[in-house]
Amino acid sequence: ASGAQGPALVEGVGLGMAGADSDDSLYPIAVLIDELRNEDVQLRLNSIKKLSTIALALGVERTRTELLPFLTDTIYDEDEVLLALAEQLGNFTMLVGGPEYVHCLLPPLESLATVEETVVRDKAVESLRKISHEHSPVDLEVHFEPLVKRLASGDWFTSRTSACGLFSVCYPRVSSTVKAEIRQHFRTLCSDDTPMVRRAAASKLGEFAKVLELEYVKSDIISLFTALASDEQDSVRLLAVEAGVSIATLLPQEDLETLVMPTLRQAAEDKSWRVRYMVADKFSDLQKAVGPEITKNDLVPAFQNLLKDCEAEVRAAAANKVKEFCENLPEDSRETIIMTHILPCVKELVSDTNQHVKSALASVIMGLSTILGKDNTVEHLLPLFLAQLKDECPEVRLNIISNLDCVNEVIGIRQLSQSLLPAIVELAEDAKWRVRLAIIEYMPLLAGQLGVEFFDEKLNSLCMAWLVDHVYAIREAATCNLMKLVEKFGAEWAQNTIVPKVLGMANDPNYLHRMTTLFCINALSEVCGQEITTKHMLPVVFKMSNDQVANVRFNVAKSLQKIGPVLDSNCLQTEVKPVLEKLASDQDMDVKYFAQEAISVLSLA
Amino acid sequence: MSAISASEKVDGFTRKSVRKAQRQRSCQGSSQFAAGSSRPAAPEISALPQLKDASSTEQHELFMQKLQQCCVMFDFYDTVTDLKSKETKRATLSELVDYVSTNRGVLVEPAYPEITTMVSTNIFRTLPPSENPDFDPEEDEPTLEASWPHMQLVYEFFLRFLENPDFQPSTAKRYIDQKFVLQLLELFDSEDPREREFIKTVLHRIYGKFLGLRAFVRKQINNIFLRYIYETEHFNGVAELLEILGSIINGFALPLKAEHKQFLMKILIPLHTAKGLALFHAQLAYCVVQFIEKDPTLTEVVVRGLLKFWPKTCSQKEVMLLGEIEEILDVIEPTQFKKIQEPLFKQISKCVASPHFQVAERALYYWNNEYILSLIEENNAKILPIMFGNLYRISEEHWNPTIVALVYNVLKTLMEMNSKLFDELTASYKCDRQREKKKEQEREELWRKLDELGLQETSAIQNNRHEIQFTYSNNNNNNNNLHDKDENPAAAITDRIESNTWAK
Repeated sequence: ASGAQGPALVEGVGLGMAGADSDDSLYPIAVLIDELRNEDVQLRLNSIKKLSTIALALGVERTRTELLPFLTDTIYDEDEVLLALAEQLGNFTMLVGGPEYVHCLLPPLESLATVEETVVRDKAVESLRKISHEHSPVDLEVHFEPLVKRLASGDWFTSRTSACGLFSVCYPRVSSTVKAEIRQHFRTLCSDDTPMVRRAAASKLGEFAKVLELEYVKSDIISLFTALASDEQDSVRLLAVEAGVSIATLLPQEDLETLVMPTLRQAAEDKSWRVRYMVADKFSDLQKAVGPEITKNDLVPAFQNLLKDCEAEVRAAAANKVKEFCENLPEDSRETIIMTHILPCVKELVSDTNQHVKSALASVIMGLSTILGKDNTVEHLLPLFLAQLKDECPEVRLNIISNLDCVNEVIGIRQLSQSLLPAIVELAEDAKWRVRLAIIEYMPLLAGQLGVEFFDEKLNSLCMAWLVDHVYAIREAATCNLMKLVEKFGAEWAQNTIVPKVLGMANDPNYLHRMTTLFCINALSEVCGQEITTKHMLPVVFKMSNDQVANVRFNVAKSLQKIGPVLDSNCLQTEVKPVLEKLASDQDMDVKYFAQEAISVLSLA
Repeated sequence: MSAISASEKVDGFTRKSVRKAQRQRSCQGSSQFAAGSSRPAAPEISALPQLKDASSTEQHELFMQKLQQCCVMFDFYDTVTDLKSKETKRATLSELVDYVSTNRGVLVEPAYPEITTMVSTNIFRTLPPSENPDFDPEEDEPTLEASWPHMQLVYEFFLRFLENPDFQPSTAKRYIDQKFVLQLLELFDSEDPREREFIKTVLHRIYGKFLGLRAFVRKQINNIFLRYIYETEHFNGVAELLEILGSIINGFALPLKAEHKQFLMKILIPLHTAKGLALFHAQLAYCVVQFIEKDPTLTEVVVRGLLKFWPKTCSQKEVMLLGEIEEILDVIEPTQFKKIQEPLFKQISKCVASPHFQVAERALYYWNNEYILSLIEENNAKILPIMFGNLYRISEEHWNPTIVALVYNVLKTLMEMNSKLFDELTASYKCDRQREKKKEQEREELWRKLDELGLQETSAIQNNRHEIQFTYSNNNNNNNNLHDKDENPAAAITDRIESNTWAK
């Protein structure tokens, strides 16, 4: 309370001053009004975006009495301007004098909530939701709730659509009579004539259910849910599915079977694939909401059907959920259910006609191995992994390879290595560089799991080949890959296997390859340590400082700067410094620049 | 809606190319069928005797049987099974088409429900997901309906039924009801243009014959358009629906009902904002012009509506809108022209100065239109000053020689219309531009000052009410400073210190 008194006093002073200098204080609003009427939309937009500045300059009272009415009147404008306005007003509470005056913001937002353009309307609703929390319970009933009612009974569908998003924010804080009215309005909108409004109501049904008392969830919400879930338009029905999941979480277990399951079962078999897709997409949430018993009795067969759906989109959505569904099965019967009900469907999906279905499955199938354990994985899953590793579609193979770590934990990767290799080699040479890039990223992981011997024998040559790829991004990724490999296998391994090859490229006739040597040195010096860097790499770098191509020379300067911290100070002073000084007097200005930069960074000046 | 795979995550571009590559299958079955599904096989059907061979007493019974036989559905995605039955059904359908189009007295009452059932079973279905989620109707080949060999005949048959002289709407309305029409309208989203063409004719007939359904049809079309504009931006049959509406609008009685005007302003005008405008612009413009021809007083709201939604970045759409405006100007009444000439010619002036030569060219073509020229001439005192600045400027600056040549001609025409005004404008051109520049600078200066105020305030806003007050008075002082009449420097300084402390 004391806090409220202080500012009130200062406010008085502030107003006094504004009064004394009325010309100046008019200045911002004059600018705004002038700019708001400008022909150029961009200028109108600018002024709207500065609205808070102007409101601050005006002070709370004039913001309320002059600025807001002006804004309410200028609502007819380009949608872009209206969007900015709708957003600004959501943060205006302090600028109109705090929560006790927040209702002043309602008139302009109400108009904005009725415009045609969806983004504007949505933003207005968002702002209204935001400021609803700043209303006192009394103001909520006196100002906010009537606004919701007006919107809910508006002539044009836009205002009714907006109303749908506002019920849940005012419901918890109003009296029981008003609550009853709100429920009635929501009921009306759920059976609105226009599908746009029914869609909006269906999408807010779950949210609204959450703020209702349980008795009303049972009496009101269930019947609305049932009605929306059997709407003539599939676009409405599919939104009801999501609401169904929320409603299921609210109800006690014993009511689920009678109140929501019949409708959800019906949705899983809807004649429209969009509705079935939605069920598949929300399956894990649904499973959590209904609990283990219903899952066993109802969801398992439903899931099987979705995995066998005639529409590929639905199968793909269901395939994506295989792992999560299995994970969340009740522990006592998990393995039996997977082995007898899910796995047969999964087997069929491995040879699906649609590549998106196979690819969705490939992204989760490896996760089953942790759930099923070693023996089942070897016996049942391994053949599937192997089949997918040979799939004609690179995405499928890539998805399998990218999830190898799950299998590694259970059975070790050796079981797969024979099939893995051809798959990796093929992806490594894929015509699309982005596929090659993706496989490079999994190399360190694979190397770690397959072990150093296997790597040296089979994969090392691939990693070196990428260094001379004709796409820069691949060469760059290959460089980074080498660094990660050295982190895994150690400096000694590096010295024996990769450093000689990398340094050999310093004599390549192609200057791009010579530069790759430098990039590799940049990446490797730190992980390889001082000795290898000084003894093996540095001489090569020095030699390259005489390269004919300026790009190589200035990369020498950059490399020296990069590896400088790894070297000892004696070496820096006696060996690096002279080379950099020579480069600093190079005839090419870029070489000079980078050499000088290196000198100053390494403090060799 | 399909799963995002690892390679799509790394490569946003694969999706389209991959899909294009695997699009060897350009036909698609309806959603009710799919390869390898465990659906029970369709019962085999065998050919019944020909209708023309049956006696008149048996004929009706046979007709019913054939209709029922045609309710058996076959999977056209599967090209090997049921070949014989498929052929039988095709022949039967084709016979039925013949039967209803050549015979009189065959449409007895009990036939109506059977016919409607047969048609519904065959054509009503949830349309399958698009093969290609980023289907571009201008670039890509549409996916064709696989069961077309049967479906086409079903549509034919339904049309012949509706067009049969014995057809009784009063009987049919019990079966061809709101639900039926609603399902029919959803089919306009079919990707197959052949199907949409048929449905268009079917809907046209239904609209013509079932007076009780008219309002309902219009309302549902509105809903489809609203969903298209504001929700999905995807619907394949917009052009076909607009074509039907074109003829519906043609038949509106005068004075126009509020409902129809609302349709014009709330649906037809916003339809211009759609991404796919190019696909249905001709039909849309036709509808708009129809409205103006019916009721010229609508001209002003229509033109202002189009100006509100004028494309900002899409030159192709700008050219389309310029075309539509020209169609409107062709039929405009001179009194209506006066009401919109100022905002309209401001836009045209901007188009003329567009760096995109097709936009500039399209706008300059207005001066080849005799009627528009006469309107301009009549109102040259208003229009000349609006157009002059940009014309004069691009006659010197435009990169495209064709545009420069066209602009010279336009300037010449304008000079001949009112040489006195033209000379005045030429004389004041330099001054005007300087004045504009100065105004521009002033505006920048104004905003710069306001930004300075804003800088201090933004920090304050994040805190609470206290600081707002402090900064508030601080602002006033700042204003004073700007105007060099700070009356209370001491107070200003303390305030500033206060607000700075708060700001930290």
